[in-house]
Amino acid sequence: MYRMLLAAATAGAIILTVPALADDDDDRGRRGDDHHTRVSAVTHAATKAECGACHIAYPAGFLPAASWRKMMGDLDNHFGESAALDEATRADIQAYLVSHAGRGSGAPQRISELRWFVDEHRDEVSRRELARAGSWANCGECHRGAERGYFDDD
Amino acid sequence: MKYLLIVPALLIATPALAQSTSPSDLIQRYSAEAGRAADAGRGKSFFLANHGSGKPDTPSCTTCHTKNPRSAGKARTGKTIDPLAPSANGARLTDLAKVEKWFRRNCDSVLGRSCTAGEKADVVAWLASQ
Ligand code: HEC
Ligand code: HEC
Ligand code: HEC
Repeated sequence: MYRMLLAAATAGAIILTVPALADDDDDRGRRGDDHHTRVSAVTHAATKAECGACHIAYPAGFLPAASWRKMMGDLDNHFGESAALDEATRADIQAYLVSHAGRGSGAPQRISELRWFVDEHRDEVSRRELARAGSWANCGECHRGAERGYFDDD
Repeated sequence: MKYLLIVPALLIATPALAQSTSPSDLIQRYSAEAGRAADAGRGKSFFLANHGSGKPDTPSCTTCHTKNPRSAGKARTGKTIDPLAPSANGARLTDLAKVEKWFRRNCDSVLGRSCTAGEKADVVAWLASQ
């Protein structure tokens, strides 16, 4: 996973440091000094505005291109809601997400169900903290720097 | 030549354009389209009703906006939604494209169809009266 995100990060160009997403048991220096968990925050204005209205604008590098294509092809049925957009904006956002996507197989629709995500959060969050956030999808409630791509700030 | 230049410019500029409007402009616009006057009382019942004809998780406008348009609501993700009433949030009902975008989505989610011009006129009139 580390390697996959590193590749995504490098491709993403605006990346500054490498996300530390290896298994918890594997602590080969990954929590070292200046080692910020940072993925490329969304830099595309339309994506930030439109995909940031109901939740944070999730960094494109968290899902592979096939995930974004699938999701952007069915915005009328987006996790139980309509997130429909006019076609020009939809296509523009899809192009951004796909070109900044991470790697991975299949077309998972939830970051919060990815293996690394489950591993990172399993022993770290109490029921009460999760209840306060309301949902795993509400990253910003627990990670104050989520909009800027920081996830190690708690 | 003119033709070639204008078409792409329109395609790019339109979606991002913030068309400024106001609650009274919107009421006028929607009631003209509906061919009847706006009715704030009807807007209130519509907003508070349990419609149940749309997506199962969103039976009512109040699912996300609460029953009080002057207080903040909550998206299903947990994210806070600023109040809808212009008296509590001056940015509301000032951008036609934004209002239309959210009517399109929210009516589809809650009702499983588009809202009519009359329903929009009524809701805007009620929100503006709060
Ligand atoms: C109208 C509200 C709305 C808009 C606009 C919206 N979403 Fe969502 N999104 C949701 C909801 C609701 C969920 C499910 C949240 C939950 O399970 O708590 C969700 C979940 C997601 C998830 C999965 C989160 C997880 O659990 O890992 C992704 C990825 C996502 N949205 C991407 C997008 C993208 C990309 C856009 C812009 C095109 C967008 N969303 C716009 C409402 C919205
Ligand atoms: C209920 C609170 C909560 C929610 C919601 C939440 N997280 Fe976390 N997350 C945590 C905690 C606690 C940790 C472990 C602390 C740490 O390692 O910094 C963590 C760790 C992480 C890490 C690893 C950080 C590191 O330094 O190793 C990443 C990446 C991450 N979360 C991303 C996300 C994303 C993306 C979302 C939303 C889809 C999300 N989180 C939602 C609480 C949460
Ligand atoms: C699933 C959650 C949800 C439901 C249900 C919902 N809304 Fe919304 N609505 C939102 C969100 C999120 C926004 C954007 C908020 C923002 O920009 O701060 C919004 C925005 C709006 C706006 C735009 C206001 C403006 O000018 O900024 C109007 C009008 C509106 N909703 C009316 C309704 C009506 C009427 C219903 C019922 C038919 C409804 N909503 C149901 C989530 C919802």
